[in-house]
Amino acid sequence: MGGTKGEKPKLILENGLRHDGRRPDELRPIKMQVGVLKNANGSAYVEFGKTRVIAAVYGPREAQPKHIAIPYRAVLRCRYHMAPFSTDERKSPAPTRREIELSKVIREALEPVVLTEMFPRAAIDVFIEVISADGGTRTTSLTAASLALADAGIPMKDLVAAVAVGKVDGVLVLDIDQVEDNFGEADMPVAAAPALGEITLLQLNGVLTREEFEEALDLALKGIEQIYKMQKETLKKKYLEVEVEV
Amino acid sequence: MPGTVKVGQRELVAPGDLIAEGDFKVLSPSTIYKVGKKYYSAVVGLVQYDESNNTLKIIPLEGYYYPQPEDIVVGVIRSVGLTSWEVDIRAPFPGILYASDFLGRPINPAREELTDYLDVGDVIVAKIEVFDRTRDPLLSTKGKGLGKVTKGAIVEINPAKVPRVIGKKGSMQSTLENETGCKLVVGRNGRIVIDCPNRDLKDILVLAIRKIEREAHIPGLTDRIKEFIAKEKVRRGLIGGRN
Repeated sequence: MGGTKGEKPKLILENGLRHDGRRPDELRPIKMQVGVLKNANGSAYVEFGKTRVIAAVYGPREAQPKHIAIPYRAVLRCRYHMAPFSTDERKSPAPTRREIELSKVIREALEPVVLTEMFPRAAIDVFIEVISADGGTRTTSLTAASLALADAGIPMKDLVAAVAVGKVDGVLVLDIDQVEDNFGEADMPVAAAPALGEITLLQLNGVLTREEFEEALDLALKGIEQIYKMQKETLKKKYLEVEVEV
Repeated sequence: MPGTVKVGQRELVAPGDLIAEGDFKVLSPSTIYKVGKKYYSAVVGLVQYDESNNTLKIIPLEGYYYPQPEDIVVGVIRSVGLTSWEVDIRAPFPGILYASDFLGRPINPAREELTDYLDVGDVIVAKIEVFDRTRDPLLSTKGKGLGKVTKGAIVEINPAKVPRVIGKKGSMQSTLENETGCKLVVGRNGRIVIDCPNRDLKDILVLAIRKIEREAHIPGLTDRIKEFIAKEKVRRGLIGGRN
């Protein structure tokens, strides 16, 4: 992620819109597609504005090395990785502290929905590659990972959708991008499984008052509801679009 | 009325979709998730319910192979041990085939090598004899049609689509066999061994299987397949046609 270089731009314009012309409660343009990779059991491509992510799921398959297998459930393994070309300045391809931590955080946000108890001693692998980063990569990655898991046919209690809320120039805004993250006062990524009514990820960077926090959470859950609907449409579209030949 | 179904018959659902509320008998426990009195889908699939029997079922459209006793599978030998083979059956576990089962007699590892009978890469048709959550599935080659595969080709499909290739009471499989003259052995794990009289028929069969896999969720499949095979035969000049 880029540092706070240069002058702080005006994040909220006079007309109340944000620096890219969005309303405070507006998501970036979202694109979703499943089944993008042929050799994975399940895959998904998700785009939030200029943040682009591909997720691939393999499994349930044999746990390798064998000692990582758990006798009563499957192990869920997750790798979040940013491509060297995803950022303004080339990023070393070696996993950084940040990527290792995000891999863990994403795994823990997916574990409550995946029915791992159905596959004792097996492993489910999730690979997430950030192709282009413009803020909100962890939430985009989670959204893509849960689509890829569903595309692999792995039983899940619900889909997980995620979005970040931020505070910029004193205003709470939905789905913040890189500039807003760098120069804003707070950044709060939230992931939830709406049908289950569970929040599976909640992080907060910066300072929010108690009232602001509650308002921010409401805003995030509203955004998640929209993303969740798109996820379901995307999964069904793959089958509804199959054309009968002959 | 013990409950209400919230979706239509054969409706496409995604994980987290509410299917029904009340008391139902779930026929596919691995694809339906229950919270209190509410039933949710756990997969992308098609809903089937029967209100007279109060049964619910979701047929998954994407899937993996999970072994079950009595399944017929097509396996590839992965490694050879002293008294057993380890077989890749496309499941989260390796299949174990004991030499005494395959050969039908006890063997002495000091005197003979298992590679004389089955080596790495050989293909077998086997039945899953025993499997529970605690141990790897045990295979058996005792029975009609089981054992080493000596000729033919293998087609791999998504294991979730296997029931469609077999069809109701084997109808689709017999259609494929009758129309192309090929012999099929359909493994539950999504591997199909095909043995065809000639190259053209083999190509047609593979295309037909791919078509079944692609259009499995659209009704009227058997008729479309019959038509497809007939058209392909005409196109390749195997039978006479109007054009």
